[in-house]
Amino acid sequence: MSSTFLGVPAPRGVGHLRGTQTFPDAARVALGDSQLRRNLGHATSTIRAKRAAVVGELDDWEQLRLAGSALKTATMARLDEHLERLEREVTARGGTVHWARDANEANAIVTRLVQATGETEVVKVKSMATQEIGLNEALEAAGIEAKETDLAELIVQLGGDLPSHILVPAIHRNRAEIREIFLREMPGVDPELTSEPRLLAMAARKHLRERFLRAKVAISGANFGIADTGTLLVVESEGNGRMCLTLPDTLITVMGIEKVVPTWQDLEVFLQLLPRSSTGERMNPYTSAWTGVTPGDGPQDFHLVLLDNGRTATLADEVGRAALHCIKCSACLNVCPVYERAGGHAYGSVYPGPIGAVLSPQLTGVEDNASLPYASSLCGACFDACPVRIDIPSLLVRLRAQHVDANRGGVPSAEAAAMAAASWVMSTPGRFGAAESASKLGRLLGRSTGRISSLPPPLSAWTASRDAPRPPEETFRQWWARERGTS
Amino acid sequence: MAPQVGKATVTLLERLGHEVVFPSAQTCCGQMHTNTGYQREAVPLVRHHVEVFEPYDVVVAPSGSCVGSVRHQHAMVARDAGDDALADRATAVATRTYELSELLVDVLGVEDVGAYFPHRVTYHPTCHSLRMLRVADKPLRLLRNVRGMTLLELPAADQCCGFGGTFALKNADTSTAMLADKMRNVLSTGAEVATAGDASCLMHIGGGLSRLQSGTRTLHLAEILAST
Repeated sequence: MSSTFLGVPAPRGVGHLRGTQTFPDAARVALGDSQLRRNLGHATSTIRAKRAAVVGELDDWEQLRLAGSALKTATMARLDEHLERLEREVTARGGTVHWARDANEANAIVTRLVQATGETEVVKVKSMATQEIGLNEALEAAGIEAKETDLAELIVQLGGDLPSHILVPAIHRNRAEIREIFLREMPGVDPELTSEPRLLAMAARKHLRERFLRAKVAISGANFGIADTGTLLVVESEGNGRMCLTLPDTLITVMGIEKVVPTWQDLEVFLQLLPRSSTGERMNPYTSAWTGVTPGDGPQDFHLVLLDNGRTATLADEVGRAALHCIKCSACLNVCPVYERAGGHAYGSVYPGPIGAVLSPQLTGVEDNASLPYASSLCGACFDACPVRIDIPSLLVRLRAQHVDANRGGVPSAEAAAMAAASWVMSTPGRFGAAESASKLGRLLGRSTGRISSLPPPLSAWTASRDAPRPPEETFRQWWARERGTS
Repeated sequence: MAPQVGKATVTLLERLGHEVVFPSAQTCCGQMHTNTGYQREAVPLVRHHVEVFEPYDVVVAPSGSCVGSVRHQHAMVARDAGDDALADRATAVATRTYELSELLVDVLGVEDVGAYFPHRVTYHPTCHSLRMLRVADKPLRLLRNVRGMTLLELPAADQCCGFGGTFALKNADTSTAMLADKMRNVLSTGAEVATAGDASCLMHIGGGLSRLQSGTRTLHLAEILAST
């Protein structure tokens, strides 16, 4: 009898998919940081306007979104076949493919590959997958220093910080803070450095060039892995990625298994959707593609590590799997009112914002990130912005149900008891009408002002910042009965 | 909690010459349960809603959020519970269910309801009306025809007020931060009244404005349209 492998969650104790605090607790701290609020508000509103302008240029944007969604749905349905094709083509062109079930396996594979080169320093292309698995820490534990080369990742790394945005990891920092970090942490930096963006970029450029020229090993992620030719592809803005992808002798690429696309033609859709949604550009400045090993040109030793780390488990849910369609553009973060105020660190995962709230709990198992599906007012701005039409609000609601269902059976929480009672009351009109009438007892409150400014827990969370209306003298139901008789 | 909204809806529709029936057996659409994760507890509410409203030609609710739940969640709740027959019935009821501005503009073809409301008003397009139902500018078309009223444009109007049902309790701090920005934008217009098509969002915005003694109050769209 054959069986289907339904996957296992990303393991605990490694990588950055779980926070140490619940979202409400972490958000409370972030909300009080006026500098963070200002930085995020400024950055997200700027990028929202840029995105809206370039998306508005295309008459067929909605058709492109539908095409992107259809391509991803079709690809996920035969993911195994596409991955095996990718493996065959990469291998046929001189690369080596490794399969990593989880973060620990991926970290061990990459560490072993670097150790085999004898090097103790590697340069990195910006990559979410390697942030997810905590690769830098794993390499450090093995005595290997990983240098981030994406400008924003460099700022985060020098600042001893964590990324707070998928595309703009240092979005929580402003120019003045970046200057301070450079002055403090960048060896040999000009002490007269100002916060002028051009000068900050030049300082980073000088710092990074030295590393590019001496690096023998580079580590990257991939935006797309094209199955039918075994080609990997990275899109970026700075050219630092291309430095890493071309100069070193050895290139190791860590790619989540959901990043495979069947053919080059699929990029016709995705390379229109991605830059406009992410940086608000018609086309990103650098698109680098490589296929296996080309003798005498570029890295002569190429390894592709295919990472599961909870993705197969996510794929097992026929609705939830849509989260794997994500092309990591960050449009949903930039339009999210919760992200804009609480910031990326509050989500406790390298995948913050709306997509993080549906992806992280599925990669780890919902109980390990149980507060994330609730970190949304379900306003729907994310769904509208998503270039591959992931219905994030519906996924959030689904994950909330999975969390509630996972906690059934024991002693019900106060919330569960209240919800069950409300369902019982609302299932019949008699009970509902009686409950409505009973709420008039609330009129004992707020008699002098007509509003209620203080209620007991859990409703105190409401009245901490908003008044509550005083229950009416007469409900609509009573008014209708009095005026019109019952129907 | 907001009987004035229902009364205004009845007043308005009867003034336009329509027969309004309030099936007194109705209770709640169950959105709170569904959106908080208690989908199983929502099933009897969906069933009850379908049974109560099935006999009617057209159903109207002066709430974008409730209509959004009926239209986008009821069938899903039934189907997830394994009751495909209920899901089909829920879909049939949903296709005949309209938010108030949809009913007026799309079904009844009315944009001028003959209202008079001599005040400065700003309109907040609530998230579910805007993005689940796509009511677009229908409420604004109705408001622009209200005599005596000055309609003031709300900055960043499409941003959520932070209500989000139990979100306002579970993530009260983030909700309040969103509310603070919404109130700042409302107050920047100089409006006396902030209006919207959802009593729940208005309870949130109004609760904040009242706590600050801001001097700006909230009224449901139906209340303005019912005024003469």
